[in-house]
Parts: sequence; C-alpha cells; structure tokens
Amino acid sequence: MVRLSALVMTLVISFLSLTAIAAIDAYSFPDEGMRKRYNSLIDELRCPQCLNTNLAGSDSMISKDLRREVHRLVLEGKSDDEVRDFMQQRYGDFILYNPQVKGSTYVLWFGPVVLFFIAVAVLVRLVSRRSSPAHEKVLSDEDQERLNQLLSK
Amino acid sequence: MSSLNKSLLIPLIVFILLVITLGVGFSLKDPHILPSELIDRPFPDFQAAELHDVDRTLTREDLKGEISLVNVWATWCPNCVLEHPELLRISKEEGVPLYGVNYNDEVIKAQAWLRRYEDPFVFNIVDDNGKLGIDLGVYGAPETFIIDAEGVIQYKHVGPVNRYIFDKEMKPVIEQLRANSVATRTAGLDL
Repeated sequence: MVRLSALVMTLVISFLSLTAIAAIDAYSFPDEGMRKRYNSLIDELRCPQCLNTNLAGSDSMISKDLRREVHRLVLEGKSDDEVRDFMQQRYGDFILYNPQVKGSTYVLWFGPVVLFFIAVAVLVRLVSRRSSPAHEKVLSDEDQERLNQLLSK
Repeated sequence: MSSLNKSLLIPLIVFILLVITLGVGFSLKDPHILPSELIDRPFPDFQAAELHDVDRTLTREDLKGEISLVNVWATWCPNCVLEHPELLRISKEEGVPLYGVNYNDEVIKAQAWLRRYEDPFVFNIVDDNGKLGIDLGVYGAPETFIIDAEGVIQYKHVGPVNRYIFDKEMKPVIEQLRANSVATRTAGLDL
C-alpha cells in the first residue's frame, strides 16, 4: 500500500514538473555555449515594461518577444556586445542592468566609492579626536585664566 | 566655541542635502516612461502586410511624403480603446495622416475591433510578431510617434493620447515641422 501511494506520488510529481517545463520558452540551441550565453544575456537585460525584473524573470509580452529576439541574435552568431547594442539602440540604457561607464553613469559607478572614502575619513577624524590627548584640554590658556577669575569672584 | 557651532550646523546641512536629493528624485519623470532612443532616427525599415488588404506589402517608404502620426495599438490593450475617440478626432480635424501599427495581434480580431470602434487610420501595418514593435522600442501599447516628411521620428508618446497631450505636446511639434518644411520650400524657391 505504501509502495502504491509512493508510486502515485512519483507520478503526480513528475507530471507537475512536466507542466512546469512546458511553461518556459522551449528554445533549442545547437550547443551548450550558446544556451549559456542566452541565459546570461536574458539574466542581465532588464524588462522594459517592469521596473525591477530582468528578461528571464518576466512573463510580460515584451519580455517574451525580447527573449525571442535574443535567441535569434545568438543563433545568428552575434556577440554578447552586439546583442546588448541591439537592445540599447531600441530601449536605451534602461535595458542594461549592467550599465556602461560613461558621463551620465559616473555617479552610479563611483558614487559608492566616494561615499566609502568620505565615511572612512569621518571615522578616522572621530576616532583620532576621541583618542588624542589634546582633546582633554578643552580651554585655551586665556580662557582658563578667565574661568579661574570668574570662579574666584 | 566655534567648533561647537560647526557641529550644530551638521544636522542642518544633512537636512538640506536630503531635501535636495528627495526634491530632485521626486520631480524626475515617471520611471515607467523610458526616454525614446529613436528620436531623430529614421523610422526602422520593415516589410509587412496591410491589415485590410493582406496581399499589399507596406514598407517605410509608405510613411514618407507628409508629416504623419504612427500609432501602435492592439485589441488586447484597454488604453487603446480609451484613446480611440481622440485618434478619431485627430484624423478628422487635424489634417495629419494617421497610420496604425497593429502590434502583437491577430488580423481578424483587429479588423473586427476597427469595425466596432471606427477606423481613423489611413492604413495599418500588421506587426503580428511584434518585430517592428521591437525595432521601434515599443514596450507597451499604445505608443504614438510623430514622423516628418522624410520618415524621421521626431517625437514619441507612451500611453494613451488625449486632447490635452495632443494640444500641449504633439501639436507644437507638428507645427514646428510644418514651419520648417515651409521654410525649406521657400528657401528652395529663392535659389
């Protein structure tokens, strides 16, 4: 009995996995290298209709069409850069999840590095101020004298 | 004393920076609307059937000769129904030919749709596999382009066109193009 239910379960599970495969675009590739390139391209290209999904993860019509285009271009022997250029010419920088280094993206690329150095500089200053013995002496000699005068009044 | 003053200023400076950053961030355009890469580029080359006469082959040469509007639409697109009355008005009142790109759709359905809602288009390019749509950088429908007489894309609007958008954004572009073409024509006469 246990065996029978296990068999049924196995059948059900294998059937479910079959339908899951059928829902993914069934693109065929002549070799594994092309399949890998296709997969990495649809992974790094962004769906133009959705703000935060790549082509691989989106079920929108435009993503399906663009996956089909990527497949076609890869089969035509286009390089990864040529596929990216094709997409960028039509959809602009938006489609690149891995933006190019150029004037308008300097902030994006170097902003975090700059912020990191600012943070380090602030930290260094704070730490050095706290540990420096000069910090103990808050008042200048003049001020100290004035304070003494005031206190002795 | 002065160092105390300076440290009091830090929250103010942070606040001002925050206001600037958020102010700029929120005043940016809707992030859903992509700037078109195709402005000032020629309309992409294509070869496709005409919706009502599938034996006829259309190319981009058919779009040249006049300043025109190209509207990308589909029967599955609810906003296309929404903007349709404005397209009908434009085709009747504005004196600009309106061409359709029936995007990712079925010919029979599209023909029925135009019978139901009335047909404002001079002709319709059948783009049943979305290929022309991709070359146009379309990522949803409706989208509307203004093309000059030489077939160069001058303007693109994403989303439904309404009277306000037409008067405020599209009409000035069309009028500017008309003025330019008159200027070049008179310049040609002077020569």
